Amino acid sequence: MHRFVVPLVFMLLLPLSAQAVEPDEMLADPVLEERARVISKDLRCVVCQNQDIDSSNAGVARDLRLLVRERLLEGDSNNQVMAYIQARYGDYVLLKPPFKPSTYALWGTPIALTLIALLFGLNIVLRGRRKSALPELTEAEERQVAKFIDNEKSGDPS
Amino acid sequence: MKRILAFAPLVIAVIFGGFFLWGLNPNRDPSEIPSVLIEQPAPEFELAAVEGLQTPGLSRADLTGHDRPIVLNVFASWCVPCRAEHTVLTNLVERDGIRLFGINYKDKPKDAVRWLANLGNPYERIGSDLNGRIGIEWGISGVPESFIIGTDGTVLFRYVGPVVGDEAIAKFREALTQAGALEERNS
Repeated sequence: MHRFVVPLVFMLLLPLSAQAVEPDEMLADPVLEERARVISKDLRCVVCQNQDIDSSNAGVARDLRLLVRERLLEGDSNNQVMAYIQARYGDYVLLKPPFKPSTYALWGTPIALTLIALLFGLNIVLRGRRKSALPELTEAEERQVAKFIDNEKSGDPS
Repeated sequence: MKRILAFAPLVIAVIFGGFFLWGLNPNRDPSEIPSVLIEQPAPEFELAAVEGLQTPGLSRADLTGHDRPIVLNVFASWCVPCRAEHTVLTNLVERDGIRLFGINYKDKPKDAVRWLANLGNPYERIGSDLNGRIGIEWGISGVPESFIIGTDGTVLFRYVGPVVGDEAIAKFREALTQAGALEERNS
């Protein structure tokens, strides 16, 4: 049992040590470093696309991480740092696309589809309810039903 | 209402089909990143010459004021495709009279000097970008990359990767012709 568990734990722990941010990049100020980490998680690496620069080992990603920290040290706000890099690499570096005319469809489609789905669902539910609301039995019908039940009871005692 | 709804599957099929047609187009490169620099003025920069090289350094002012658009190539001695591209660029300079400027990206000066001594130096000026910061100003994602820059300093075209192989060369030459840096040849 031990022979399996110990190596397994080690193997599962191994990826946790695989970090792209190297110690020599980090800022001495923990608050600024934390902000740098937050910013670099929202910036896309332009080499290994769809990876943020915080977890990428590409050379350009490292340069961008250093640049982010440099800008922070110069007193930029998080937004200013993002704008600085966006000015050079375009909207593409942002992992969260901005909301503007060319991305209306991107942001709007999920909402529109949800609304359509809700409308359809509501329609079906309402229609079902309308059918279940049957008119009540008239007195003659009630009597007929009672007679039928009585007949059944007397005819078949089981 | 019911009749209109009957067309819904067709409409959905057409929409999805359109997306597939667009997505499966072999000429579409999904990893292509549009450059923000196109039609924009070239970024401000100033780079010293590569240490130990006779070729002078490069700044933004050197890119403007020529009689024709010029080519700016980002290269490095450690970049293998650059070696293949070097021949193409040399040809453009020697046969077509293209004016070529270079940014030596994150390269050891010694290696760059040796590389250019071995292969020849088609560059008029070369700036040494030791820490890659000017590369970021140009929004590059790696080496090699080539830009065509108009006489007024506007970036006209960007080519990511090596200009190697008939297809790439044809594309680059077409861009050069469009920019007015290359006369159209009928042959």
